[in-house]
Amino acid sequence: MKKVGGRFALLGIVLVLSVAFFLPSYPRLYQALPDWSKKVLPTKGITLGLDLQGGIHLVLEVEEERAVEIAVDRSVTAMQDQLVDKKIPVESVKRSGPSQVTLFFQNADLKAQIQKVLEDFPSFYELEQKSTGGSLVYELREGEIKRIKDSAINQALETIRNRIDQFGVAEPLIQRQGLKQIVVQLPGITEPKRAKDLIKETALLEFKLLDESSKLAMELPQRIPKGKEEEVLKQVQGQLPEGDQILFEKSIEKDTGREFRTPYLVKKRVMLAGDVLSDARVSIGQFNEPYVSVTFDAKGAREFERITSENVKKRMAIVLDNTIYSAPVIQERISGGRAQISGTFTMQEANDLAIVLRAGALPAPLKIIQDLTVGPSLGRDSIEKGVRATLFAGAMVVLFMMVYYRLSGVIADFALALNLICLIGSLAGLNATLTLPGIAGIILTIGMGVDSNVLIFERIREELRQGKPVRLAIDGGYDKALLTIIDSHVTTLITGLALFLFGTGPIKGFAVTLCLGIAINLFTALVGTKVVFDTLNQRRKVEQLSI
Amino acid sequence: MFEILGKTNIDFMGKRKIAFVFSGVLVLLGIVAVIQIARGAANLGIDFAGGTAVQLKFDQPIRIDEARKALESNGLSNADLQEFVEANKLLVRIKTSTTIEEKVADRVVAVFSKEFPNNKFVVDSSTEIGPTIGQKLQQDALIAVLVSFFGIILYIAARFEFRFGVAAALSTFHDVLAVLGAFYILDKEITLLVVTALLTLAGYSLTDTVVVFDRIRENLRVRRRDNMETVINNGINQVLSRTIVTSLTVVLVLIPLTLAGGEVLHDFSLALLWGVIFGTYSSIFVASPLLLIWPGGGGHLLKRG
Repeated sequence: MKKVGGRFALLGIVLVLSVAFFLPSYPRLYQALPDWSKKVLPTKGITLGLDLQGGIHLVLEVEEERAVEIAVDRSVTAMQDQLVDKKIPVESVKRSGPSQVTLFFQNADLKAQIQKVLEDFPSFYELEQKSTGGSLVYELREGEIKRIKDSAINQALETIRNRIDQFGVAEPLIQRQGLKQIVVQLPGITEPKRAKDLIKETALLEFKLLDESSKLAMELPQRIPKGKEEEVLKQVQGQLPEGDQILFEKSIEKDTGREFRTPYLVKKRVMLAGDVLSDARVSIGQFNEPYVSVTFDAKGAREFERITSENVKKRMAIVLDNTIYSAPVIQERISGGRAQISGTFTMQEANDLAIVLRAGALPAPLKIIQDLTVGPSLGRDSIEKGVRATLFAGAMVVLFMMVYYRLSGVIADFALALNLICLIGSLAGLNATLTLPGIAGIILTIGMGVDSNVLIFERIREELRQGKPVRLAIDGGYDKALLTIIDSHVTTLITGLALFLFGTGPIKGFAVTLCLGIAINLFTALVGTKVVFDTLNQRRKVEQLSI
Repeated sequence: MFEILGKTNIDFMGKRKIAFVFSGVLVLLGIVAVIQIARGAANLGIDFAGGTAVQLKFDQPIRIDEARKALESNGLSNADLQEFVEANKLLVRIKTSTTIEEKVADRVVAVFSKEFPNNKFVVDSSTEIGPTIGQKLQQDALIAVLVSFFGIILYIAARFEFRFGVAAALSTFHDVLAVLGAFYILDKEITLLVVTALLTLAGYSLTDTVVVFDRIRENLRVRRRDNMETVINNGINQVLSRTIVTSLTVVLVLIPLTLAGGEVLHDFSLALLWGVIFGTYSSIFVASPLLLIWPGGGGHLLKRG
């Protein structure tokens, strides 16, 4: 007599576990459960992939070279400040390459003094062969460049995480991929465009002074239609005073909705940047227009007070990502560390601006290199069709097995059901993400799942044809089919593993389903159906097997 | 017992010449397809080639030629359109080698809202893939294929004998090439999902081959006196009803999936469906005869057994 009790208990445990793991994936049922049971049951089940619930999947690349340039530009400003402080009259300090700074001066005697000042910038070293009597060339050290690039991606990651947190998305995935890529997954999002803008915006806030002394400032056109910026830039080319640039202010005509640009001549030098912000909030102005009020931290407030006191009656531009939002005249010294960013915003735009300012600027612009957006209706459609196809396919197989193998077919169908329940249960247990290919994987498991039993049944039939008694035929069938089943399963598992290791996204989901399906299939075929046959045999002596 | 086939005794090996000619043509087609893919001349999906795909769901039916005209008059002339009539869906694919910064997806949406103001639509899905990603995917897919190929040869060589491993791997390759060739001839798009299907069918075809090989190995242990051809023929005949029943159940599953699984899964299921048919054929007519033509032949088979 073979003992079947232990194996039935094992099957029972597996079944109960599978159902328990699956429950959280079906919220309506899960909610209806009594509270005490929720303490025992797992809380997280299967997550639906982006292709099923809708959402966006972005792969972004940090423009590292820009990050280095930005860092060098910042150092250039700092060098200028130091030289002015020490009253050393240099002609100009410029970034002359991606990571190179050139300082020009009239008097060759100044060279040693400048070199002394630049000792305070240990991340730069002098390129002696390039320096001349009237100029000095400095280069950023290799190690520093690497550090900037590395911290750029980490900082970008952190910033995006902050922004998404404040935007409010359930279960976002934000992670680094490879050296300079960032993957962002936002499931179930309804406004993909807004989310993308929010992520991509560099949000570099700068305060710059207008250059009102130059003749060019007077000659600039008042207002140009959107899209004509290039022409203006071309016109003024060559006339731009040293250290100045042209930036545009955006405006929208209320009645027609047409967009215009106003060019301004601005000093390149950054007086104050967004990194000194401690807060940014949306407020409503007297004409019911939304604006963003920003608060500086202690250092920023001091600095802002100094700048405003030194530049009373001058105009200061508030620049975000190289677009001027407003350029008010400084009426008096501003203490208290507050400023307003007004412009032609809608409420939502003001809200998003406040979010990106609070979360901080990106260290460098981002490039979207992959963008998958799935609307929620396609996902619903796919689930419906997938489930319908699964049910139909399942029914066909179940029927076929019953017709072809009679009672044994019913046993195989029982194994198939067990197979499906365990598969879904373990997917839920692993908190796997179910994608559309994943559903295909489940359906495929139905088809291939009966294969083990077909192999066994055909073997049993052979044994019976040779005239063996039922019990021996069953045992013989199982024994002989065992090796074949293992070999065939392992080879499929090898392909599944290769898919898992080298696949991405949805493919990985499919590979997980396939591999799990194969493993579970081995279990249900070798333990599940066998125990039923053994029980049948045990109850009474079976003379004839319905197979 | 209800049987599709009773005990059979078909001389499969005797027909190997015809089979080799047939398979030769299939493999040739497949190789042409691979060369065309490598040259960039095949219909590669945008997930490999890079580009933009936007699927729109309209309220009312939309005519494909009108849609094309609308896109062309707005400067999007290289679009590839596909419609799913039953749901008023339109899939617009534009392969570009430029970066995403151009926002082709936004442009497509803008064109349709401008040109068809009375036919409202929602964006079902939009995909934009930069060329670098596509290259990485191609590479990954190639690595996955090679790793599974060698993994399988190694496993079967260890469990059976080296020649079994090579025969199984070659016949699996045959199936993959056959389906790839068929996709190429029908100008169907080769997407990441189709590649997944190819790898899955490789798995299925192997299972099928291993089952046949297993029986041949078993027979070799018992009947040393029969010649190879008879042993192989007997093995195939003995597992024939299993082969047919299993293929049938998988086909039973794949048919509803192909017909009603939705547009995303259609090509995937179709590739698998063909793969199952080719895979079943190749276990019998490709993998097994390959054992026969292995140089150094007959008696050494499975000494280690």
